[in-house]
Amino acid sequence: MTASAETPSSGSSRSSGSLLYDPKVRSIFFQVALILAVLLFFGWIVLNTMANLRARNISSGFDFLGNTPGFQTVTTLGTYLMDVSGRAITYLDVLKVGLINTLLVAVLGIVTATILGFVIGVFRLSNNAVLYGFSTVYVELLRNTPLLLQIFFWYFAALRAPWVPDARGKVSFFWDNFHFNITGLYGPYPLPQTGFGATLWALVIGLILTFVMRWWAKKRQDATGKQFPIFWGAVGLILGLPLLVFLLTGAPLRWEAANFVQEGPVLRRGFQKGEGMLIIPELIALWLALSLYTAAFIAEIVRAGILAVNKGQTEAAHALGISQSKNLRLVVIPQALRVIIPPLTSQYLNITKNSSLAVAIAYPDFFSQVQISLNQTGRAIELIVIAMLVYLTFSLITSAIMNYVNSRMKLVER
Amino acid sequence: MKSLLGGAVSALVFGLAFGATAAQAAPGDTLREVKARGELVCGVTQGLDGFSLQDSEGNYGGLDVDYCRAVAAAVFGDASKVRFRPLSSKERFEALKSGEVDVLARVTTWSLSRDTQLGVIFAATNFYDGQGMLVPTSLGVTSAAELDGARLCTNTGTTTELNITDYFRSNGLSFELIAFEKSDEAASAYEAGRCDVYTSDASGLAAKRLTFANPSEHVLLPEIISKEPLAPAVRQGDEQWLNVARWTHFAMLNAEELGIASGNVDQILEEQRALAAGSTGNQEIQRFLGLGDDFGAAFGLPKDWAYQIVKQVGNYGEIYDAPRGPGGALGLERGLNALWTNGGLQYGIPVR
Repeated sequence: MTASAETPSSGSSRSSGSLLYDPKVRSIFFQVALILAVLLFFGWIVLNTMANLRARNISSGFDFLGNTPGFQTVTTLGTYLMDVSGRAITYLDVLKVGLINTLLVAVLGIVTATILGFVIGVFRLSNNAVLYGFSTVYVELLRNTPLLLQIFFWYFAALRAPWVPDARGKVSFFWDNFHFNITGLYGPYPLPQTGFGATLWALVIGLILTFVMRWWAKKRQDATGKQFPIFWGAVGLILGLPLLVFLLTGAPLRWEAANFVQEGPVLRRGFQKGEGMLIIPELIALWLALSLYTAAFIAEIVRAGILAVNKGQTEAAHALGISQSKNLRLVVIPQALRVIIPPLTSQYLNITKNSSLAVAIAYPDFFSQVQISLNQTGRAIELIVIAMLVYLTFSLITSAIMNYVNSRMKLVER
Repeated sequence: MKSLLGGAVSALVFGLAFGATAAQAAPGDTLREVKARGELVCGVTQGLDGFSLQDSEGNYGGLDVDYCRAVAAAVFGDASKVRFRPLSSKERFEALKSGEVDVLARVTTWSLSRDTQLGVIFAATNFYDGQGMLVPTSLGVTSAAELDGARLCTNTGTTTELNITDYFRSNGLSFELIAFEKSDEAASAYEAGRCDVYTSDASGLAAKRLTFANPSEHVLLPEIISKEPLAPAVRQGDEQWLNVARWTHFAMLNAEELGIASGNVDQILEEQRALAAGSTGNQEIQRFLGLGDDFGAAFGLPKDWAYQIVKQVGNYGEIYDAPRGPGGALGLERGLNALWTNGGLQYGIPVR
């Protein structure tokens, strides 16, 4: 007995005596060794790359970002926000222009693809043969053809459509406020005047008040069971309040119309650069292609999500006397979203990454600007590192937002 | 993203990151590799009439293609031992640097920054080109000075976008530049009316115009706004291979200057061989055809390297005016590409 009781204790005292056999020390040792090995590996890669670059007389470094590029970027939201005309720009500006353009097309694409995807997804479950047939053909056609092909299709379909006038002509609609021709879609551009800030503040206050109202309404419902029309309250606070302030301050917003000229030298005719709002056909084609393509995938995700909610849930809701619309809003959709959101996140990431196909149709997105800069400077490694970091950041931010939404939506477990 | 990037860029990045430092080309490396492989790998365009284009049977033809064949003829004595590797304009330098191709004969403009910063070196100008502008005749424009406010289509990854920006800025003309990844899309967008002007190398414009539905509705403006010496390039560090690339072109020029063509080279060789036995005859031709001293050995080529080039491929005039060359396919005059004796810039460096 005593011998057997002593053996383990003496064993453990021996192991604590020798660090070599302490499992804790050992695990720390191996982790530190692994980290060192990884650091050494990457350090070797960096040093080796630099040595190779030097040996091959290839200039390297990030100093080129301050150089002036000898090319111009087509007018887009990016060039407008960065105000590139009439000043010396750098490669850094060129990349920023691309960044803004990528964000623009990604956000536009995500919004339209989501709306369209939900509509088509619901159609896929419809009992109406026309809606069902249309949505099935839509999904199968767009999901099974390459995206690049679709981008070319929409781009050249838009450019070559017989009803699109050339650069010297126009088609106007919405009481002559909007126009289009082959160079793009033109509309009035809002120019805020002094005093417009009050409207923006009203919007911020409206948003804050909406959250306060929601909190108050929930508290009241918990206490008294009375419901408050939150939706109409939110509309009033977010839209109504700023509108009221806007009108009271004397509508301090001027709309700059697109300027169409019919006289003068032939190349000066048509819409004038820098007046009014312009959406170039490259953006329209890319936006359309990205939204339509991704909507097909989102439709299938939505269909799967709705089908995942057991029929018994609806029957139970009806048995409790809950109306059809409330059943959808309070029972079916919250449960379906739990299934929908994770794969939806992947689709949002895909839109951002697929927007790099823009270079094929001359939309100056981030990747296209990287490629042009790469060609003119030859700094392949530096620019590709920048591009990877930017797309990684985009993707991580998108995932972070969607993970937050997902955590709000998931089943609250007790 | 990956597909757009092309394998070449990632190959370069990977190669630079993991490759050993000693991997830089040293004199003799390339020729040894090419001989060991048994074929030359030549980087060409993805399809440009007059320079490198595949026909319906997959056979390559054009000025750059014939240049590559001439290099193969010089190295192997067999012009068919060459594999063509179509490259986009942005992957071309990476493909050359990473060793994917041995020679880059891809209508590439020779410039200072490319010679000094990219790790490549240009051999010799095999086509003197210049950037031109194509406009629809319906605009009624006859000179570039009338192009104020024009929308320009071009393709990226070239000196083209730099030249056109320079030209419009220095002439105080406003413009909008729409840059496509590939010239096919740039030309289609121009043809559809997205732009008023399509700008590229004049030879390329002539080739593209032939593919339009109505070539006669487009006109090349008289202004040539840049010097575009199109030259084959090799990797830096291997001077022996640079000499092979450079002298292949000079050999074709010298052949034309000496009046030697693929049709008469055998006859001339026999005549001169007979004369050389008596120490008379045209010394220049004898040196050129390898009847005198062995010039080839000094840069790793057989003694009859120049003979093989002319016999199997032809002289410069022949490949220029070949049915699929710039003269035959595009109807381009010799112009700057005429021999110096005819008022052009092509000048064969003496073989001695």
